[in-house]
Amino acid sequence: MIRTALLALAVTAATPLAAQTPPAGPWGEPHLPPAPRSPVEAARIARVTAPTQSFDAAETYETHPAGAATKFAAPSRNAFSFPSANMGFAREMDFRLGNGLFKKLWVTAPASTRSSDGLGPLYNARACQRCHIKDGRGHPPSGSEDSGVSMLLRLSIPDTASDLPAETLAYLSNAPEPTYGLQLQDKSIAGLAAEGRIAISHTPVPVTLGDGTTVTLRQPQYTVVDPAHGPLHPDTQISPRIAPQMIGLGLIEAIPEADILAHADPQDRDGDGISGRPNVVWSTAHGQWMLGRFGLKAGSPSLREQSADAFSGDIGLSTALHPAAWGDCTEAQPLCRTAPDGALGAPDGLEVSDQVLDLVIFYSRNLAVPARRNPEDHRVLRGKALFYQAGCAACHRPKYVTHRLPDRPEQSFQLIWPYSDFLLHDMGAGLADNRPEWQATGREWRTPPLWGIGLTATVSGHTQFLHDGRAGSLLEAILWHGGEAEAAREAVRMMPAEDRDALILFLESL
Amino acid sequence: MPRPTLRLAALLLSAAPLATAAHAADPAAVVANYADIAHAGYEDSLIRAGELNAAIDALIAAPSDATLDAARAAWIAARVPYQQTEVFRFGNPVVDDWEGKVNAWPLDEGLIDYIDPMLGANDENPYSVVNVIANPTFEISGTTVDATEITPALLESLHEIDGIEANVATGYHAIEFLLWGQDLNGTGPGAGARPASDFDPASCTGGNCDRRVAYLKAATDLLIADLEDIVAAWGEGGQGRADVTADPQQGMVMAFTGMGSLSYGELAGERMKLGVLLHDPEEEHDCFSDNTHASHFFDGLGIRNVYTGSYTRIDGSIVEGPSLQDMVASADADLAANLLSDLDASVAALGGVVASAEAGTAYDQLLGMGNPEGNALVQTAIDALVGQTRNIERAVDVVGLDGVGIEGSDSLDAPNAVFE
Repeated sequence: MIRTALLALAVTAATPLAAQTPPAGPWGEPHLPPAPRSPVEAARIARVTAPTQSFDAAETYETHPAGAATKFAAPSRNAFSFPSANMGFAREMDFRLGNGLFKKLWVTAPASTRSSDGLGPLYNARACQRCHIKDGRGHPPSGSEDSGVSMLLRLSIPDTASDLPAETLAYLSNAPEPTYGLQLQDKSIAGLAAEGRIAISHTPVPVTLGDGTTVTLRQPQYTVVDPAHGPLHPDTQISPRIAPQMIGLGLIEAIPEADILAHADPQDRDGDGISGRPNVVWSTAHGQWMLGRFGLKAGSPSLREQSADAFSGDIGLSTALHPAAWGDCTEAQPLCRTAPDGALGAPDGLEVSDQVLDLVIFYSRNLAVPARRNPEDHRVLRGKALFYQAGCAACHRPKYVTHRLPDRPEQSFQLIWPYSDFLLHDMGAGLADNRPEWQATGREWRTPPLWGIGLTATVSGHTQFLHDGRAGSLLEAILWHGGEAEAAREAVRMMPAEDRDALILFLESL
Repeated sequence: MPRPTLRLAALLLSAAPLATAAHAADPAAVVANYADIAHAGYEDSLIRAGELNAAIDALIAAPSDATLDAARAAWIAARVPYQQTEVFRFGNPVVDDWEGKVNAWPLDEGLIDYIDPMLGANDENPYSVVNVIANPTFEISGTTVDATEITPALLESLHEIDGIEANVATGYHAIEFLLWGQDLNGTGPGAGARPASDFDPASCTGGNCDRRVAYLKAATDLLIADLEDIVAAWGEGGQGRADVTADPQQGMVMAFTGMGSLSYGELAGERMKLGVLLHDPEEEHDCFSDNTHASHFFDGLGIRNVYTGSYTRIDGSIVEGPSLQDMVASADADLAANLLSDLDASVAALGGVVASAEAGTAYDQLLGMGNPEGNALVQTAIDALVGQTRNIERAVDVVGLDGVGIEGSDSLDAPNAVFE
């Protein structure tokens, strides 16, 4: 298990005293270094980011969800693929190079193109763009013969069932499934078997709305068929994940940790039924605990780690953070571990050099959030008021101001509107994947940002939402909300049709 | 096949008269001339596409090495005016929305026709092995597609199917692949080598020659229809012309944005630097025909055309008028001259890559890991393109245009505007 070996090293390097639980926050922002805010500035920011009380007109700058980085363009299939609008030509070069690498098809080693080989041996996709289609949201397989790309299954077993020592498990998101690792790779290079296939079955779940309308949700069940190395561990935890949209990620990375932690209320001291817990994750890059910001359970602290994890787990490529060329192959998959790799002849012994990784990170950091289309429309404003009244904004927090970042001018000191608190919430049994991740329980998910959600159909040609794409519309996605979001969901469920439509119209304007 | 030469084009460049500050720097006239150059460039592209169509008809009527060579030469000639229009991308919404249909790249060619099973098979793109030419019907995500009739409409429906940008079914590069076939030579010498008999139903190689012929015709017809659309967009009353002339200041921003974005991000970056970085022959824009050197050269020439407000048409006539250069010169004559010399330098550096190709070393060979001189030749052109972008940005400042590439400038960097 490469991650084990790697993290064991990291543990040694950082020498925390075999901590079983991470220390209390704040944990710091070594991925940024930001310039500090003055108290005067902080007070001004607090004023501008306070939730609005007025819904008669759009707020100032509400048209600009990403501040000056916001892209204004006619809605099109390319709406998520533009660089930050405030980027200079000089940096656009790096963005385009990153885009080229994001689309790049990696090939099996050894190939004549030494710097493009090293795929797998096990993998989910040959290019980043293959799952992040048009930089948008992925989708579940559309039929039994669909190869399932743009969705994958994370695997693990409970810590208590693992043979790994406790001090190792403390620095892992999960105990890997002993044979198949942390993820099911459903593709493989020639001569090796893929690990298996995703099979999905659905159970209908009818929901009756306040006006008597019935909406039928579909509850999916996941199994792994044709497992290459025999049955999975009996306690295997399976978490389905569709590829998330790529917009605005650099801005999320630039939100001050303190501003996210300010909304955490793990004990629900304010008694509103909503807790909000930060995920705390071990950073391999920085050798310390950090706030988790990325991923469906906030399991990754930075775009560097998120990208390196994806290169390793999804494409089977090594980076400085995950130097094993075999990716997610375990010791129980010896053929996979001895397959030819793409590091041969590379000066740094890596399939993905630091230079290439940096370009992909720069690209990921700078995919622009599209402008709001019609925030002044009176029905949209009505929907916005309902969004606040129903309590949606308690977790889908509208506004932040990013850090001042001298090295990241596109993300520096922007007023942004992601509509998320980036915290974990219990979303109830219906949505639970029952697979924990770091501090997140099997019922908790990170509030996903809502910016750009109204362009899903335009960019991706579908309206399939939530972590596994089970919701066929925005209304279905709301109706799936449970747990801490139950009161807000009930408010929406009981709304008159006209209000419900206005609320959806507001979401579609984001 | 003899490699067509570009020396004539290089001569045309040196012969083209430079726009001078004699023109009055009137923004409305500058953007009108810009639109005229766009219109002429697309019209020339349409004329050459018509000639390509005629050459393809001749190939289909009598498949032979001679007619195939003539069709390939017509394709290469068609690229000359088209590439000079690429500078109208990145800023003109009409062009940006349209361009993917005609010049999308790179492509999973297995969507279209047979490929070497060891090269190019893209196993997780279910369409990359569809091979429309060999399969009158096929399944896509559980839906059966009827491709018995290969029509322009069918190709349009397959283009970028499922949002996979490599699913290129239409445009110049689809036609290029059909005329040349895969280049199986890596960073070694040689282009694609499809035999003329691939288009000969009477003694067919590669199978399904009638369907290959139908595909080639449909793709060419579609290219012509798409070019007709864009010519209209830049004619009197067209949307492209309206977009730049409605507000001449904004029109000039769009013109500079296209120059800067094509120079820096697209050409120097994605099309050239990535290939040097990865030493990957697949990172070649015209990879089947080995015509990449010419594609890059005419991109560079197009950038210069827009600045000088002068375009030499395929018939040798010249479209010229008040230019961005005039605008810059009226504010800062030194900067105007410096930017012109930058553009001359980048066109010359791209000409160096052309000279290499004409001397027998193709663009993909220059990218090889074991070819430091070749890498350096490409890098010189990249550096020149990067260099000119700095002066493009300065020119924008001097002319007093805000917001090149910066749409939505309500930044928190003007904090009072936000907080008060």
